[in-house]
Amino acid sequence: MKARNVVIPGDMVEERKGRKLGNGVYEENDKVFSKFLGVPRATENDINVIPLSGTYLPRFGDRIIGVIETVEVSGWFVDINSPYSAFLPLSEAVEEFVDLQRAELTRYFDVGDIVFCRLSKVTKTKTVQASMRDFESRKLRNGVLIKVTPTKIPRIIGKEGSMIMMIKEKTGCEIVTGQNGLVWIRGENKEKAIESILTIEKESHTIGLTEKIEKMLGE
Amino acid sequence: MGKKTDSELIIDGIRLDKRLPDQTREIKMKVGNIVSANGSAEVAFGNTTALASVHGPRPLFPKHLQESQTGILRVRYNMAPFSVTDRKSPGPDRRSVEISKVTRLALEPSLFLDDYPKVTVDGFVEIIQADGSTRVTGINALSLALASAGIPMTSLVSACSVGKINGTLIVDLNGMEDNNSESDVAVAMMPDKDIVTLLQMDGMLTKEELLHLLGLAKKTCGKIYEMQKNALLEKYRGEE
Repeated sequence: MKARNVVIPGDMVEERKGRKLGNGVYEENDKVFSKFLGVPRATENDINVIPLSGTYLPRFGDRIIGVIETVEVSGWFVDINSPYSAFLPLSEAVEEFVDLQRAELTRYFDVGDIVFCRLSKVTKTKTVQASMRDFESRKLRNGVLIKVTPTKIPRIIGKEGSMIMMIKEKTGCEIVTGQNGLVWIRGENKEKAIESILTIEKESHTIGLTEKIEKMLGE
Repeated sequence: MGKKTDSELIIDGIRLDKRLPDQTREIKMKVGNIVSANGSAEVAFGNTTALASVHGPRPLFPKHLQESQTGILRVRYNMAPFSVTDRKSPGPDRRSVEISKVTRLALEPSLFLDDYPKVTVDGFVEIIQADGSTRVTGINALSLALASAGIPMTSLVSACSVGKINGTLIVDLNGMEDNNSESDVAVAMMPDKDIVTLLQMDGMLTKEELLHLLGLAKKTCGKIYEMQKNALLEKYRGEE
């Protein structure tokens, strides 16, 4: 199988030529170098390196899957598969009025529950706040969670969702991907879906992956 | 440690293990052998074998160790009791605490730890077989492990030891040479940026000798850097 070009930390990616510095790169004397072991991607507007491994760093606006870690007085701490945990305030999670004097927050979310939410605030020192105030956010019931390398989530989703759509169609599973590297799967054929997602993760740097997965699921 | 020998260590420019003065031992590198770690590597210089693993970035406790503006790197260098002929008593001692620190200082300049405030990156270096130059072998292994763990870096750090025996300047000292050398120098650097991150010297050298040795070290580190690069890329090479 043919592989994509891979760079190591310190490799020169390209001349900058007035372009924006994207993720995973740094600049020295108008030359752009890689910070990671990863796949370089340069467009006319910016230069990026997509790492092949690493932990998730929270970013504003990311749609992530979290697991409730602790229940506090007026919200929850959520484990977001990162060294930092996110705080989900009650007001950002529940639509109805809640009387804090009486209500028990475990009524809504308890430790171990899985939520799909959005990061609404990330400070420079990585204090993270989550929000569920949009129509996509919800509690994910039943199903299984699998962990993949966070930078490979876009590869799993594919161009305009082509890859994930194919897996959903062929296996009939419900699949939700979080940008933090967690994937939630529910359905009869989940073993097959998990297998294909893990294959994508392992071979994300190769070319012609869509065809391979299609063949794998077709069997 | 520290056994002296009476035999000649270098005869007609050939060393005891049949190497030329500026020749390294056989170097082997492998990346990713510890699955439970975020990144790992094994590096062997002849009989000296170092196994390094990196865990993190991960939350740091107790909280007073946290730095609000940047992440920190913690390194533990440890020699296994069976790594030397006479059993090494296990656990940290003066020497391993010092080497842990210099390993950390040698690698810190290559990392972008500001990207990870309040957390820690833990590096572990285990020497499973020791035959001289263990600290530089450990630095090479840990640098590879950090890169494979996806920690942001300016460049890989390569390290080697150089020294002087009976007036001859040599590269990559083994255990016997280390114990009987007039001087030995450990060097770690980022070869493609030309930045030296570690320079330790033991014994006596003239200024000219030291400068010559640094030149040798630079050349050797360049070669080691190429090997590190190959070791990292091996996993991702296509089959054509």
